[in-house]
Amino acid sequence: MNAPAQPVGAAAVDRPVLRDFLRREHRFLRRPLNLWSRGLLVLAAVAVAVAALLPLWQIRLVAPQYQEGLTLQIYAHKLVGGNNGQDLNEINNLNHYIGMKPLVQADFLEMRWVPFALGIFALLALRSAAIGRMISLIDLGVLFLYFGAFSLGSFYFRLYTYGHELDVHAAMRIKAFTPVMLGSQQIANFVQTSLPQSGALLLGIFPLLIGAAVWCSRKEEP
Amino acid sequence: MTMKMLRHFIAPAAAAGTFLLFAGCNPPGKSASAAAQTAETSSAAARTWVAPGDKDEFYLFYSGGHSGQVFVAGLPSMRHITTIPVFGRYPGTGYGYDEETKKMLGDYTWGDVHHPGLSKTDGLYDGRWLFVNDNANNRIARIDLRDFKTRQILGPIPNSMGNHGSSFVTENTEYVLVATRFSVPLPKGRYADPNDYAKEFNGAVSGIRVDPKSGEMSVGWQIITPPFDWDLGSTGKGPSSGWAFWTSYNTEMAHDQLEANASQGERDYAAIVNWRAAEAAVKAGRATLLDGVPVLDPAKVPGVLYYLPVPKSPHGIDTDPSGRWIVASGKLQPIASVFDFTKIQAAIEKKDFESEFRGVPVIRHDAVLEGEVPVGLGPLHTQYDGKGNAYTSLFIESAVAKWKMPPWTAEERADLNKVVLDKITVHYNIGHLVIGGSETRQPYGKYLVAMNKLSKGRHLSVGPSQPEDSELIDITGQKMAVLYETFTEPEPHFAQILKADAIKPIEVYPKAENTDPDAVWDAKDTGVTRHGHVVEVKMIAIRSHFTPDRIDAQEGDELVIHVTNVEQTPDMIHGLGIVEQNVNLVIDPGETKTVRLTMKKPGVFPFYCTNFCSALHQEMQGYLAVKPATVATAP
Repeated sequence: MNAPAQPVGAAAVDRPVLRDFLRREHRFLRRPLNLWSRGLLVLAAVAVAVAALLPLWQIRLVAPQYQEGLTLQIYAHKLVGGNNGQDLNEINNLNHYIGMKPLVQADFLEMRWVPFALGIFALLALRSAAIGRMISLIDLGVLFLYFGAFSLGSFYFRLYTYGHELDVHAAMRIKAFTPVMLGSQQIANFVQTSLPQSGALLLGIFPLLIGAAVWCSRKEEP
Repeated sequence: MTMKMLRHFIAPAAAAGTFLLFAGCNPPGKSASAAAQTAETSSAAARTWVAPGDKDEFYLFYSGGHSGQVFVAGLPSMRHITTIPVFGRYPGTGYGYDEETKKMLGDYTWGDVHHPGLSKTDGLYDGRWLFVNDNANNRIARIDLRDFKTRQILGPIPNSMGNHGSSFVTENTEYVLVATRFSVPLPKGRYADPNDYAKEFNGAVSGIRVDPKSGEMSVGWQIITPPFDWDLGSTGKGPSSGWAFWTSYNTEMAHDQLEANASQGERDYAAIVNWRAAEAAVKAGRATLLDGVPVLDPAKVPGVLYYLPVPKSPHGIDTDPSGRWIVASGKLQPIASVFDFTKIQAAIEKKDFESEFRGVPVIRHDAVLEGEVPVGLGPLHTQYDGKGNAYTSLFIESAVAKWKMPPWTAEERADLNKVVLDKITVHYNIGHLVIGGSETRQPYGKYLVAMNKLSKGRHLSVGPSQPEDSELIDITGQKMAVLYETFTEPEPHFAQILKADAIKPIEVYPKAENTDPDAVWDAKDTGVTRHGHVVEVKMIAIRSHFTPDRIDAQEGDELVIHVTNVEQTPDMIHGLGIVEQNVNLVIDPGETKTVRLTMKKPGVFPFYCTNFCSALHQEMQGYLAVKPATVATAP
């Protein structure tokens, strides 16, 4: 255990360790997927496809005179007010007092590309199940995490924009705000609660299924 | 400890307070322990207590008498919830100010609503419509219980004068049956000397047909009668299905000093009407047209009308839930006569008649009478709880008598005093009384509401114009118990009680159902257009603005405003009041209303939302700018 010997020794050990890791990584990426993993991938494809049809997020507003609450369901492809759509009109009507832009489905570009992207993910999951290679799972997982992070960021940006671009000519002037994305907050007489819905939970399950598929085939030999 | 002892032992002031508290519940001559009284009072409070935010169990639809309206209260709280305007203008809801309701009211400014009748299917309330009569102007109106709005006023009904004997709804709402209180020379508009009353004057029983889908009413047929003053009635069911009954109080056919002259006979004739036979006779072409209505002469069409003598100056005639027993009571005789419809049918079959009046058989009274129950002084109306008990209002006695319906035991039959089970004092001079569903096959039998004509001394003094008194009576026990007392504006006669869950009214008019061709829903479709001297405005009202909020016109123009409340939120009601123009529209969410008016004077007239809507309600205003005519005609 003498000190001078260590750098030499470390360098000597380093190279084979890295080489070994890369070799193992290469071997790992070439592992085939067993039946369990393929099954999980089919489930993942179903989950992401069903998520495209289910509500992703709900925003709910409750005030003394709105005990029954005003709800807004956000889907991948549409914006739906509670009470047969009437709640969306009511929310917009109330928002006009503070100069908030009306929430109009046509303004949400996301509602065009997100359903398309979810379709792509379903197809990619099925493709991975069909070709049965570990490497495609890694592609799928990374792409999906990026998609998820981008979507949440975009959602937050929307909330921020609606709460900050208030018409200065509006009847009521309130301090710019960001509607809460997860949880509750008080805005004037309203308690706003924002929570993920069944669609978002399915999208959350998707990467877990991918991870499980990786885990199940981690020792498969080519 | 009795009241008497309390008053001996407690300081005079406290005793006086205690006495005042209990005086109302403790009829003179009866004594009850103070503790029992307290318990009773508190449980009465508990039984009528509907906590803030909670809802009542039943609707109570009071007729509003000569106010022309219908009052809606909740039971058991007795709270007045709303007023449904029917025959009179009602600024609170803008009724009678827009073109549609102005047209419905016509030239009359009031009506006299007496007897509301709920629509029925298979002898049970179906919660679709409420029919009310107008005693004053011979009309009948239909209120839709989907939105609690008056949807049709029919009349004045031809050949019908004094529409008091209605609105009696048949088992499946085939007809609302109507009888005349007054008689005149027919057709209306014909002159005859009132001295020739018996010869020249006639009354009528009318079948007002109801369209089973839309509820639209039309005059189906009439039976022309002698000039008796027909009074209250009821429709049959079960064995008496297809029949209807009315009392009358002027078989004497007096035309003056009726107070005495119409009270001479010991019995007056009740009408026993086979309305199905009348309907069939009209179909068979046996009617003649009188003032556009197919009318039947009962002497020429046997089987549609019979008379039954009833003592004395009778008022109410009420069919029981089984349809077998018919109870009529004479105001001037302290009994309720119980008639057996199966015996009436047998008498008709056997022609067991005591005489004939103008070609109409008079059924032998004793052949069809089941018994005369000594209920008390001034019996008027009878209601049923569906458990074999009848409740008769006693006007003169200021009481309600509870008595047992037949079948009676031999012992009871020997002394019908024995079937009178209970009596309770009401304050004062009760007219009608109502038990929910009494005229249906299945009465609710939980509460009775006594509608008392005099309220003097029962309320905080409000001067000489006094309200009416209503008392809520619990009829679930052996003994009746007064639970609550309240006051209404003049003047409930009869009422109807409906289970709250029997209906589910809408609270906004769905946009998709608005068929008004002048409705606009978007600010971009609004505007002011001129066609010659007519200025037409299509306007929307929404929190907290009107679009447009400026209307330009000229003196002499006809201004037509169509305003749509584009809200779809419950209770987001907007009003449009134009100052000094007598314009008062109230527009419910999703509704479109139209008003026409002539610009009689130049100037600038602000308009504003009258129905407080939002934080910026005050700002919901605009201007109607009217240029003088001279400016308009100047070159």
